[in-house]
Amino acid sequence: MKLTEIIGRRLLIGVATLLFVSVLVFVGTEILPGDVAYAILGRGATPELLQQVRDRLGLDEPLVVRYFVWLTATLSGDLGTSLANGTDISTEIARRGSNTLILALSTAVVAVPLAVALGLLAATRPGGAVDRVISGASLALISFPDFLVAVALVSIFAVQLGWLPAIASIRPSYDLFDWIRVLILPVLALVFTILAHMVRMTRSAVLNVLSSPAIEMAILKGVPRRRLLMRHALPNAIGPIINVIALNLAYIVSGVVVIETLFNFPGLGRYMVEAVTNRDVPIVQACAMIFCSVYVLLNLAADILAVIANPRVRYPK
Amino acid sequence: MKSDRPEPLLAVRGLTVAARDKRGRETVIVDDVSFDVAPGAVIALIGESGSGKTTISLGCMGYARPGCHITGGSVMLQGQSVLDQPLPALQRLRGKDITYVAQSAAASFNGAMRIDDQVIEIPVITGAMTRAEALERARGLYAALGLPDPDTIGRRYPHQVSGGQLQRLMAAMAMISDPRLLILDEPTTALDVTTQIEVLHAFKTLIRDNRTAAIYVTHDLSLVAQVADHILVLRDGRMVEHGPTEQIIAAPRAPYTRALMDAAHVMPEEIASPRIAAVPEAPLLQVRGVTAGYGRDREIIALRDIDLSIGHGQTVGVIGESGSGKTTLGRIISGLMAPVSGEVLLDGRPLAARVAQRARGDLKQVQFAFQMADVALNPRQRIGKILGRPMRFYRGLGQAESDREVARLLERVELPTAFAQRFPPELSGGQRQRVNLARALAAEPRLIICDEITSALDTIVAQQILDLLASLQKDLNLSYMFITHDIATVARIADRIAVMRLGRIVQQGPVDQVLTPPCHEYTRLLLNSVPEMRTDWLDQAVHERRRLVAALDGTPEAKR
Repeated sequence: MKLTEIIGRRLLIGVATLLFVSVLVFVGTEILPGDVAYAILGRGATPELLQQVRDRLGLDEPLVVRYFVWLTATLSGDLGTSLANGTDISTEIARRGSNTLILALSTAVVAVPLAVALGLLAATRPGGAVDRVISGASLALISFPDFLVAVALVSIFAVQLGWLPAIASIRPSYDLFDWIRVLILPVLALVFTILAHMVRMTRSAVLNVLSSPAIEMAILKGVPRRRLLMRHALPNAIGPIINVIALNLAYIVSGVVVIETLFNFPGLGRYMVEAVTNRDVPIVQACAMIFCSVYVLLNLAADILAVIANPRVRYPK
Repeated sequence: MKSDRPEPLLAVRGLTVAARDKRGRETVIVDDVSFDVAPGAVIALIGESGSGKTTISLGCMGYARPGCHITGGSVMLQGQSVLDQPLPALQRLRGKDITYVAQSAAASFNGAMRIDDQVIEIPVITGAMTRAEALERARGLYAALGLPDPDTIGRRYPHQVSGGQLQRLMAAMAMISDPRLLILDEPTTALDVTTQIEVLHAFKTLIRDNRTAAIYVTHDLSLVAQVADHILVLRDGRMVEHGPTEQIIAAPRAPYTRALMDAAHVMPEEIASPRIAAVPEAPLLQVRGVTAGYGRDREIIALRDIDLSIGHGQTVGVIGESGSGKTTLGRIISGLMAPVSGEVLLDGRPLAARVAQRARGDLKQVQFAFQMADVALNPRQRIGKILGRPMRFYRGLGQAESDREVARLLERVELPTAFAQRFPPELSGGQRQRVNLARALAAEPRLIICDEITSALDTIVAQQILDLLASLQKDLNLSYMFITHDIATVARIADRIAVMRLGRIVQQGPVDQVLTPPCHEYTRLLLNSVPEMRTDWLDQAVHERRRLVAALDGTPEAKR
């Protein structure tokens, strides 16, 4: 199979997955308990008013019809307005989305190189002191849930030591330095939750390659240790490493919901949590679609990168 | 042969290597081995798996595999102690003075790097040559080794060239720094028989022209006769016999060396005519006009118009190289794969195409023994369970009965009955292959398809399995379809032979007729590839091979 064909096929699968996800999101929000019209009108609802709202929102239409109406609107970029306060969802998502993006990217920039470096370091001498410290620490970190790590960080650095703010609300007047100060704790909490998994996978992928006959051959050729690791072992381990990186970057998506709520950070995650509390269905749908798309796209990117990294696919027989 | 002994290039004295298991216990795997390699001479280390031959050759480079370590002795390379070098000095020594050609080049080349980059890596990173110089020398070596397109082949990735070519490319990698000593570790074992002699010839020429000393590691005595000046026979890490090649081959002293000689893959002096007279009798199994293919629409044709019949109590050998379709034929007969057209008949009755559609009574009659016993047997099931299941499934035995039958069957394949409680990984390769065979026997079949069941075994163990097959056949009137690439084995055990090439049977008939001239060119090519013990065989065989290959390229099936 040719490279373009493989990538084309993966893209098609990605699109199909997203469509399937949209059905899940729509049906999922539909079966949330409570009547939307009632939620909007609250206690002052009269039967006439309720019917009026239902007509306006098309709530009496069959599920399938409403799904397609919603899907076409979403695809054309119209995410609708908030039921709670009538603000335009797209504008709000653009503002909060960029905050979340900054948070997620900062996490990725710190976590990915750190994880690969630590994993390689642990793999150079398996069973050695460095390996045991790295493996032990990462195992311990995996065992703690993200909110616990976040709370522990806050209680140490914000409450006890008072070095950093416990709350990460953003003001328009913030300069770069303020941003960094505010982001350190949430980024640290996110890094801790995804780091361990990546370190362990990098270590085992590299160790797996190091035990192969190709590496023994390189040792017997007299290839120095560093070159052995970087030039011979790493390129062969890159496929599984890319996959686990993508999986963990996608995991940040669910991580931000927890971390943003804990730190009161004005991002997409908190936006969605607030919308769920208010039964603001269009916002929940829009946020869920965005999170799911990021998840699908990251995995898609990993698949394609892993394919490209494999010379067997790049240069067929 | 060099009678005057110059200063040895490599002197190994009392080399001892130990392996440490997970509990920290030490086992000596190489025990007090000493030998010399004279400049320009070739010494062969010969023995079965577990004899320590690879461990010794790695020890000569100051290397021990993870879990092993060199506990004693010395290795002197022209007066310099290899085992006392610090790592950086060892790395220089390995890249330049002593180089290594591994058993499986396909596994030992790095799949993520271009071939050229791997071949020239050491001289370039050590600064011994510029990239351009190294590339030029590499191309010269490719040409000397008879590789096609020597100017461009190195730009490919390992998966883009064939196994025989990779093995030669690895030799180029080992020769690029002009080493003083070359170590060749079973360099042709993973290759097809007809490719083997071409590669062996290339190695021999290379060593001779560069006057490089070499250690040649192998389990095949007949191959060694072609390249080595001296032979060192090893068993369980100890030296059994050591002497010049002619002496070892003509007058082996140790009983073990004689056993190795007897089990070597050479053609039998005389091919016996089939035991069963050619009286027209209804065959047990018939394959009629079978065509089969792989791929989504089965468009990649693997078998073309195959007719084959197997009589009661007969052994039919199916031979051919990898890709000839012999395993596919076995899969069609057993129903693991459905043909595109044609049919398989058992006792004159057509069998359903697929296993799932066949009646249990039909499945019982035809059993399969796979090549790799270690992969085919579930490592987490006790032998008793592995053997008992087909008995209950096919013969409807109860628990107590099948336990008794398992014990009987284990005795039948010459294993202790206590093995019923063991797991496959606790057994040796030969023992596992016996269990593998016993599993096929458990259904009490009339035909067993044996797919390369002796190919992965050492020669002596393989011979024992063949003896077992013969005795089972005598007692149970079993029929075998024996799939192999080894024509010497087939010549000893088969009644009929079918020679396969590129998905067709190019010649079939009683064994003595097929293997006695005049035969099909391809049969001759296979016969020509079986090594002979005499030391001048190789050059003649290579010459003959080239002639036959040229003739075969003009045949109709090659033009497809």
